[in-house]
Amino acid sequence: MNRRTLLASAALALGLAGTALAQDKTKVGFVFVGPIGDGGWTYEHNQGRLAVEEHFGDAVETVYQESVPEGADAERVLTQMALSGADLIFTTSFGYMDPTINVAQKFPNVKFEHATGYKRADNVGTYSARFYEGRAVQGLIAGHMTESNIIGYIASYPIPEVIRGINSAYIHARKVNPDVQFKVIWAYTWFDPAKEADAATALIEQGADVILQHTDSTAPQAAAEKAGNVYTFGQASDMAEYAPKPRISSIIDNWTPYYIDRVQAVIDGAWTSDDTWDGIGAGMVKIGEITDAVPAEVKAEAEALIEAIGSGAYHPFTGPLNKQDGSVWLAEGETADDGTLLGMNFYVEGLTGEIPQ
Amino acid sequence: MDFGAINPVVLFASLMVASTPILLAAIGELVVEKSGVLNLGVEGMMITGAICGFAIAVETGSPTLGFIAAMAGGAALSLVFGFLTQVLMSNQVATGLALTLFGLGFSALIGQGYVGTKPPATDRLNLGVLSDIPILGRMLFSHDLIVYLSLALVATVWAFLRFTRAGLILRAVGENHDAAHALGYKVVRIRLAAIAFGGACAGLGGAYLSLVRVPQWTEGMTSGAGWIALAIVVFASWRAGRVLLGAYLFGGVAVLQLNLQAAGLAVPVELLSASPYLVTILVLVIMSADRGRAALNAPASLGRVFHAST
Repeated sequence: MNRRTLLASAALALGLAGTALAQDKTKVGFVFVGPIGDGGWTYEHNQGRLAVEEHFGDAVETVYQESVPEGADAERVLTQMALSGADLIFTTSFGYMDPTINVAQKFPNVKFEHATGYKRADNVGTYSARFYEGRAVQGLIAGHMTESNIIGYIASYPIPEVIRGINSAYIHARKVNPDVQFKVIWAYTWFDPAKEADAATALIEQGADVILQHTDSTAPQAAAEKAGNVYTFGQASDMAEYAPKPRISSIIDNWTPYYIDRVQAVIDGAWTSDDTWDGIGAGMVKIGEITDAVPAEVKAEAEALIEAIGSGAYHPFTGPLNKQDGSVWLAEGETADDGTLLGMNFYVEGLTGEIPQ
Repeated sequence: MDFGAINPVVLFASLMVASTPILLAAIGELVVEKSGVLNLGVEGMMITGAICGFAIAVETGSPTLGFIAAMAGGAALSLVFGFLTQVLMSNQVATGLALTLFGLGFSALIGQGYVGTKPPATDRLNLGVLSDIPILGRMLFSHDLIVYLSLALVATVWAFLRFTRAGLILRAVGENHDAAHALGYKVVRIRLAAIAFGGACAGLGGAYLSLVRVPQWTEGMTSGAGWIALAIVVFASWRAGRVLLGAYLFGGVAVLQLNLQAAGLAVPVELLSASPYLVTILVLVIMSADRGRAALNAPASLGRVFHAST
């Protein structure tokens, strides 16, 4: 054996050892849009990651990167993660959609799971939760609780997921309180406590006494508490530290079962690209405890709604519903199809203001 | 559209609160840069101050002690920067950036146990008769001590740089450290003092965020306020009065645009969202362009390494 073949076989052996080692442990990466301590969206994704670690023990190694900006930076982070040997990568924000697709093309052997998006490939699956089901419950409670009939809504970005939430909350608030009016502020951020607090304060100063938020920090809760007679809902996470008032209920994202399921699929070699969109029924969306600040009959009504949505007996987008311009969207008894919901870019009738395009 | 919903009095009061963290950080950075040091670690010092102040306020139940701890924390972190850049003569830009990264991580570490905790309330200052004046009382005289302190600080820094001998020395060090050294001034010591002052101000600004404006602790809660402060110093062409103007403009337009959105103003939201940056930059640039020598106003030794032997 001359030196060259020796080196070659050594390299081969090393390479084999390397793959063997990699196969020992499944490496799962997570890319987060905020810090894991945000108390909301990213916090819950990280809870899912921790559950994966606990469930699989030594068989799985997880890595994560927090506060990754949506855009070119995300692509860099993803490439880095894929190069470092990740087998499965969860990208947990809408804005990672194109970066995920781009990087996935370069690494056909790495599996990607993108949250809340709609672009898929052979090695890119998508998953999301039907948050609008929870929004329906919030809207119902908010409609009952408001005395000024002004409900403030801190929206993040004008994407279908957020617009669905506004529509769903509005439809159910109006159902129990026909005089209700929504004031929407687009914060153009998922996470900026100071700005979220300012937005909440601006809404409160303009008469809102119930605040819904689609941003990730607990700052609006603190602002509402400071202002006094204002009610809020936990977003993405329970935010129970602000219960029983101002936080009177919450939407909790429960990613744990899904993450464990998908990691198992990768270990078994059974992973295929798909689109998962689960709601209250499957347990991906949970409604946090409705506190005693809410009257008992309202609470009972909300629980009945949760039950109806969970069992599939009721769809939050059930006709008759018109679009903002008055044109008919859904006829009596008709329910919205997922395609329309996923691409939703219009307000329903009664909402004021325009969606930024 | 419903402009009646916007109450100018309440709006102005919110504006003062929203602007204070940036104002504090910017006025501190102004002094640092006037001494010829470019500290890009404002964000890191702010967030360190935010958690130091928050933690001490929660533990002791006293916001005052919290604010003092925030200043101490910010100053301590800035002295790490001071030691590296002034004594070990490291690159100021790189060290400043590292300070921001370090501050963000370090504050997250200390803050682990404080997520979801509520800080003790900071009392509004009782200004007696002044607070009872209709309209003006609510607008100007119903804030907490820190708001007034920040305004007093701007006036003090302005007077210090303009009228005092010590201010002249500080500026001399910033303009030409070799000449100042030749005259017998302790360049490194003066700069360290300026850096510590800047750190204390940034720390106080951070604590104002975590104890009054938001009030809670969340990781990464400054989200860029330190960078805004840095930009305001430059656009204000290193003048204390304009720093005040810049900070209030930025804070004011930021609050105003949210109010306009809530009131349903028919202007594209993207434009409203960008307006704090656009308006602040535009106003300050126009003001500086007027004099034609704004660029010359930058301290000549800004960011340059000083060594006594050269």
